[in-house]
Amino acid sequence: MTLPPALRLREVGFSFPGRTVLAGLSFDVAPGEFVAVLGPSGGGKSTLLRLIAGLLPPAAGQVLVQGTVVAGPRRDVGMVFQKPTLLPWRTALDNVLLPAGFRRGASAGERTRAEALLAAVGLGDSAGYYPAQLSGGMAQRVGLARMLLHDPDLLLLDEPFAALDAMTRERMALVLQKLWQERPRAAVFVTHSIQEALLLADRVVVLAHSPGRIVADWPVPLPRPRAPETMATPEFNALALKLRRLFDEVAA
Amino acid sequence: MRAAFARFAPPLVTLVLILGAWALATGPGGLPSYLLPGPWPVALSLWNGLVGTGSFWPHIGFTLTSTLLGYVGGSVAAIITGVAAAESRLFERFVYPYVVAVQAAPKVALAPLILVWFGFGLASKVVLVALICFFPLLVNTISGIRGTDPELIEMARSFSRSRGFVFLHVKLPAAAPAIFAGLQIGIVLALIGAVVGEFVASDRGVGYLIGSATVNMSVTTMFAGVIVLAAFGMAGSALVQRIQRRVVFWDNAERHIVTPQETA
Repeated sequence: MTLPPALRLREVGFSFPGRTVLAGLSFDVAPGEFVAVLGPSGGGKSTLLRLIAGLLPPAAGQVLVQGTVVAGPRRDVGMVFQKPTLLPWRTALDNVLLPAGFRRGASAGERTRAEALLAAVGLGDSAGYYPAQLSGGMAQRVGLARMLLHDPDLLLLDEPFAALDAMTRERMALVLQKLWQERPRAAVFVTHSIQEALLLADRVVVLAHSPGRIVADWPVPLPRPRAPETMATPEFNALALKLRRLFDEVAA
Repeated sequence: MRAAFARFAPPLVTLVLILGAWALATGPGGLPSYLLPGPWPVALSLWNGLVGTGSFWPHIGFTLTSTLLGYVGGSVAAIITGVAAAESRLFERFVYPYVVAVQAAPKVALAPLILVWFGFGLASKVVLVALICFFPLLVNTISGIRGTDPELIEMARSFSRSRGFVFLHVKLPAAAPAIFAGLQIGIVLALIGAVVGEFVASDRGVGYLIGSATVNMSVTTMFAGVIVLAAFGMAGSALVQRIQRRVVFWDNAERHIVTPQETA
């Protein structure tokens, strides 16, 4: 028996009134595979993630997670958003525990796990801080920990580092890589940064916009763990340039 | 100690200047005492009413009772209605435009009617106060809940949280700053409502005290009454602000939703 793909899109389409956002989109993500979805802004990348998360119903086609059709949000899928989306009236620890119903609703195991996750993202000492006391990078780390609370098999990341400065951004990508390497799982990482996509992904899917469709689906055969040094290798640069050319064509 | 001095000294200087100017204006060759009594007779009247004979206390008790009962009743009703309204599409379409229209109308104009309906005692004052507090808080509650960051709601939904959870733990806290802004407006309006009710028809209350002093041309008593009311208005407002800072600790006090200015 073979495992079903962690994620399968079958001819998925979506439109907002008067505008087709996605059309005829099909691809699979294998268990443990990290896929970056690259595309221009407003190209329907965020919509795609919301369809997979069960926050929006597709207008056409089907979204299957672990072999079953997505009908709504599910516990084995974890998501991180472009903004940290932390509740300002809850501590970092409580924000991580949101999927379990905060400290009061959480089991002892969930509480221990939340603390361990905060430590894993380098915020072990900041569990009691409120979001206003955290920097942008710290807040997004809380978001990563929250996503992992229920140890999901599919990660959805919607440009999670787009709002951060360049240095923090690179560091966060490495934090994410470390978390992912500790337990590789299927991930869909939406970004418009070629560097970020190549640093993190096993595969890069490039979307064109209006309507969003796949124009390229390339493997990223770079060894892991990848580091800032990886970005200086000829293989990395060749791939980045190739993507850049394609990107220019798509955007034009 | 130094910081406290730096904070309180400037307003105290202003107070001394005002009292000085007041004393000067009402001194020899100044305004006649039947138009503007001096600070000293007013202070004396205040002292008499509060300490000497204590004749103000039944009035103060009456006004505070109607203010507090009306404020609490009106506020609770406003928050409950606001919550129901914000969560219901039908209410928004059919009723909300009228809520806004009524919000713009001066509710004190209804005071005589309410007195006819609810009698001249405490009940009519409580109803008037509740009515006046109700609308600004209702509008603030609705706009506060509606104004919840949609990304926070989406985030909570993505983690399979129920509609009830989203309401209780996302929308309601998000609306809390706006609700408190409404409560802040309400406490000031409540006192106005109580006094207007007493002006129209009553046999007790600080508003009645001022009204009957007018008939007797006892201008010092009128001033004493106004000072008592000002003190309660300030105390009430400060109390609500204190509670607000504790409850809505994450909000920078100054940036809540601006409400339409109520002219009671």
